[in-house]
Amino acid sequence: MAEGPPLKPFYSVLVLAFACSALVAGMVVGLKPLQEANRQIDRKKNILAAAGLYRPDAPINELFSTIETRVVELASGRFVDPARIQPQTYDQLKAALDNTTGSSLSAEQDLARIRRLEKYSLVYLAKKGDAIDQVILPVRGKGLWSTMYAYVAVDAGDKTIRGVAFYEHGETPGLGGEVENSRWQGLWQGKRIYTGEGEVGIRVVKGRAAESGEEAAFQIDGLSGATLTTKGVDRLLHFWFGNDGFKPFLSQLPLKDASNG
Amino acid sequence: MAENTRELLTNSIFRRNPIALLVLGICSALAVTGQMATAFVMAICVTLVTAFSSLIISIVRFQIPSSVRIGIQITVIATLVIAVDQILKAFYFDLAKQLSIYVGLIITNCIVMGRAEGFAMSNPPVASFADGFGNGLGYGFILIVVSFIRELFGSGSIFGLEIMPLTTDGGWYLRNGLLILPASAFFLIALIIWMLRTVDPSQQEKD
Repeated sequence: MAEGPPLKPFYSVLVLAFACSALVAGMVVGLKPLQEANRQIDRKKNILAAAGLYRPDAPINELFSTIETRVVELASGRFVDPARIQPQTYDQLKAALDNTTGSSLSAEQDLARIRRLEKYSLVYLAKKGDAIDQVILPVRGKGLWSTMYAYVAVDAGDKTIRGVAFYEHGETPGLGGEVENSRWQGLWQGKRIYTGEGEVGIRVVKGRAAESGEEAAFQIDGLSGATLTTKGVDRLLHFWFGNDGFKPFLSQLPLKDASNG
Repeated sequence: MAENTRELLTNSIFRRNPIALLVLGICSALAVTGQMATAFVMAICVTLVTAFSSLIISIVRFQIPSSVRIGIQITVIATLVIAVDQILKAFYFDLAKQLSIYVGLIITNCIVMGRAEGFAMSNPPVASFADGFGNGLGYGFILIVVSFIRELFGSGSIFGLEIMPLTTDGGWYLRNGLLILPASAFFLIALIIWMLRTVDPSQQEKD
């Protein structure tokens, strides 16, 4: 520990700060393409998983090539011309923060507690022949600790749930973190979203779902030991399938051809 | 220091384990020990960061003015931690997704700074590297033991492989809910400390 001239501490800190920041900046820039590619693949994997199309033995990009990515205006439910908003580069979370492409939600609107909502959302279309077979919708909402992100696959015909994949959350591992549990996610399959009157009827209930009767078609078991996470999932479903979410879009399905708009 | 390089390595694992004897680094030991895979990666990351930060600090120890030494140490450590985080994100994305906030918190892990300030500032590079590496291993040893117990009895698996099928997955094992929560690591670490101090009474504190 040398005691040098009075300005020495200043110089050594300057040299160090410069060297360290050069190193960090170099790494961040150099590794960015790799990280971005990883993030894309992870997202595609979860979209495929929600739609039940994921197979571990096939390359993700190849599987994903059958899925069409489109942008939808949430309020009208119409597709947006890809020339106006490019689906490949559109970032809806960023768009939600901007006042021209998003808006803040009032307290009674904001069931999912996401504060701000974008005007346009990405949707993913899985087709069978020319007809849309299922649509995969990105949803998000607050659980106990964190915002949970998921993809929900909805049958384009009868609008039942085909699958779900929660891909990012910070809930308690083993309790709320069980949103990742594939067995629980399997319970979602075939559940009806809308009642005969067009209201959002799907519910994630505390404890066990009704086994028979009218309610059984709408109810999903809650996660045991994670009441607040369960409530968060329930609320995010109600938000995203409601009028502020994808209801206008879903009510236009089934479309024969997705190239309108 | 009369210890050779090998002793520096091994002593840090049992005789003066950073968690068990110095009771440092407890915070992250609670957070990442729910699953063995995360604990394992965390142990590797901390070992690398501690070893290399000690090495770098030791190499430049004569150039570091004592008035700003803590700041310089933290800068070196932070740089290394960011490097580790970036590399994880680029090459081991799935792990990085689970670990990311904890990797950032290595900066505040008292072990790293403790070794830099307490050992590397006054010892030559090779010895400092060995000391940092050993302390990382000592930290990792406790993490692996704790996470083994927590994952086996809390989630019925080891390294994500199912050992005891859980009731939530249709099996027979009703998971131990306490072991899933971070607080359970307190009890386990306390038991380990008790065990180590019984085997080696020189670790006991004087009243």
